[in-house]
Amino acid sequence: MTAAAPPQQTGALLRLWRNKEARSVIVQIVTVAVVCTLVAIGLHNVSVNLAAIGKEFSFDFLTAPAAYDITFSPFIDYTSRDTHLVATAVGVLNTLLVAVCGIVAATLLGFTMGVLRLSNNWLISRMVYVFIEFTRNVPVLLHILLVHGIVVTTLPAARQAINFGDTMFLSNRGFYVPAPVPEDGAGIVGVVFLVAVIAAIVFRRWAKRVQDETGTIYPVFWICAGVIVGATGLAFLATGAPLTWEVPALKGFNFQGGMALKPEFLALWLALTYYTSCFIAEIVRAGILAVSHGQTEASYALGLRPNRTLQLVIIPQALRIIVPPLVSQYLNLTKNSSLAIAIGYMDVVATIGGISLMQTGKEVETMIIVLGIYLVISLVISAFMNWFNRSIRFKER
Amino acid sequence: MKKRTSVAVGALGLALGVAGSAQAATLEDVQARGVLNCVVSTGIAGFAYTDESGEWKGFDVDFCRATAAAVLGDPGAIKAVTSTGKTRFTLLNAGEGDVLWRNTTITFSRDVGVKLRFHGVNYYDGQGFMVRKDLGVSSANDLDGASVCIQTGTTTELNLADYFHANGMKYEAVTIETNDEARQNYTAGRCDVYTTDASGLAATRSTFTDPDNHIILPEIISKEPLGPATRHGDDQWSDIVTWVLNATITAEELGVTSANVDEMKSSNNPEVLRLLGVEGNQGSELGLSADWAYNIIKMVGNYGEIFERNIGVNTPIGLARGLNAQWTDGGLLYSPPFR
Ligand SMILES: N[C@@H](CCC(=O)N[C@@H](CS)C(=O)NCC(=O)O)C(=O)O
Repeated sequence: MTAAAPPQQTGALLRLWRNKEARSVIVQIVTVAVVCTLVAIGLHNVSVNLAAIGKEFSFDFLTAPAAYDITFSPFIDYTSRDTHLVATAVGVLNTLLVAVCGIVAATLLGFTMGVLRLSNNWLISRMVYVFIEFTRNVPVLLHILLVHGIVVTTLPAARQAINFGDTMFLSNRGFYVPAPVPEDGAGIVGVVFLVAVIAAIVFRRWAKRVQDETGTIYPVFWICAGVIVGATGLAFLATGAPLTWEVPALKGFNFQGGMALKPEFLALWLALTYYTSCFIAEIVRAGILAVSHGQTEASYALGLRPNRTLQLVIIPQALRIIVPPLVSQYLNLTKNSSLAIAIGYMDVVATIGGISLMQTGKEVETMIIVLGIYLVISLVISAFMNWFNRSIRFKER
Repeated sequence: MKKRTSVAVGALGLALGVAGSAQAATLEDVQARGVLNCVVSTGIAGFAYTDESGEWKGFDVDFCRATAAAVLGDPGAIKAVTSTGKTRFTLLNAGEGDVLWRNTTITFSRDVGVKLRFHGVNYYDGQGFMVRKDLGVSSANDLDGASVCIQTGTTTELNLADYFHANGMKYEAVTIETNDEARQNYTAGRCDVYTTDASGLAATRSTFTDPDNHIILPEIISKEPLGPATRHGDDQWSDIVTWVLNATITAEELGVTSANVDEMKSSNNPEVLRLLGVEGNQGSELGLSADWAYNIIKMVGNYGEIFERNIGVNTPIGLARGLNAQWTDGGLLYSPPFR
């Protein structure tokens, strides 16, 4: 190359390469080109290979009847006559349900365990430590299968269900509890509840301003709770308790009526929760430890009581360290929920990415849909957590 | 984990596989490789399972071995590519397997929509229901409200939905990926009913510690013609698989067995001579050696031998020939002639 190219030109190229900024631009251009080429080759191969076996790329199948049943569909009244699109929606909602429930529960459990890990009680902190180490080092799929196995094999059959006062029943068909049925007037109670919540929010703002201006501190939490519970309770009594309960009962093979926590949901939810909470616990512990002890001492010196210190000094600083890795745990939990099919929980992978894929033979199309759905869910979680992260960031004054 | 990723791998295979590989001559590929890749199930007693020494056995596996005997002259030169109901076609279409022998029902949508090539039936089946005796159920019409274990990605789940819908009954579907896990859910009492092909029910029941406590209900709610499948786009390979199956059936019809196949070479029935490659050039027309069918029968056996050895009345599965008897015995097995 050097022999063929005129010397000045080589010099110019070399100079360009030695320039740090120019080099990084070149590297980026090359990278983008390589990635684009790979994607293009991939797409080309898909179309050629699909053509070779005579398949066409199309999403028309989405409007055909799915023809399979999904029994666990708490939000949509689905039947096998509905389309693949509706089946997809059922799957997405089931994924979201277990992800949201899992994130809430894992956060609560994780924070608790994280704090307990720092407890001065040797036994408690050791026990939590052992639990965390055991859980973290076993693949999540095994946890899911384990919990499901325990639920299904140790709980009694429906006819021998554990009976809680003839209203709640626990068996390996699920945990059946009475379902609330709103009667006339329930709407009024709902409206009162909403108004109370808004009033509480307004009061909280006001109390904060008063505190900023005068230093007077109101017991905001108790007042808010009192307003919401009190107002709603009064409205409930005033409208004549417009709520009845539908109690589950054993009819034939299974319990009918009421609400049920199905074993598949229960197992997936529990397993994802305790598995993820172990990671969260370590993140929380690290976050708290990272706030230097000097902060506590300084805050004591200013005369703040210990719980105010924790609330106003330690937690806000620890949160800044905790939140970014917490986001990845939320994303992990959501993605791990795709193992649902192993125990028969009908999430988005089991429905559109499983049965629909198989019954229609549209591998590429269904996988694109599943990928797209996970991408959107993950981006939404990230966006929300980024917003939260920004709102608790150091505000330079 | 492995089986869960295989759809993704398969889809990736479709994306990254060498363009046009689906059109390549499968026969040449297999002969160059020296091994036949068969898509089989993850494990079902009598049909496809590994014995204590880790060797693949069973009705479907024997047909895979018969194919290897015809193509490679060695029934041992197979590799089992295990697949769940859900992954099987993706694995086949992505080229992970050369042929699928996995209790797979021939249907319109699989033939036309999934773009598979089917080559005849090696087991005539239908969907049945199994329940515990102590439930006191004697007919599928009593199953309203029951919990039913099914395998995902099968015709089973579609038939079930249709059957209950048509009869105005409700049920709770417990949809599981593999036969093993579905069986565990059933034995643990998560479901009242296990439903799949009747052959699969018999096979599953044979693995129970208490098979006598379970009954198979009289109703058969579907037609399940099970047979081998290949990809579109390779007619020669399709012909080979078709005629491997036909050779086992014809051999039984003509009374050729692994025990007497050598004597039969001097039979005075011309069709036997054509089948065994003594006369004519059917082998070379298929692109195989003249003794391809001889090898099948000598090394693996005819249809009846394969059936009786793996799933027949003298095995724990205990299936009678029924519809799978030769047409001459009142069954449906009817191979086109070797002419
Ligand atoms: N014939 C039906 C059902 C075939 C099927 O998947 N049967 C199950 C139950 S017998 C099976 O073979 N499972 C074996 C496995 O899970 O690997 C179909 O083609 O869809």
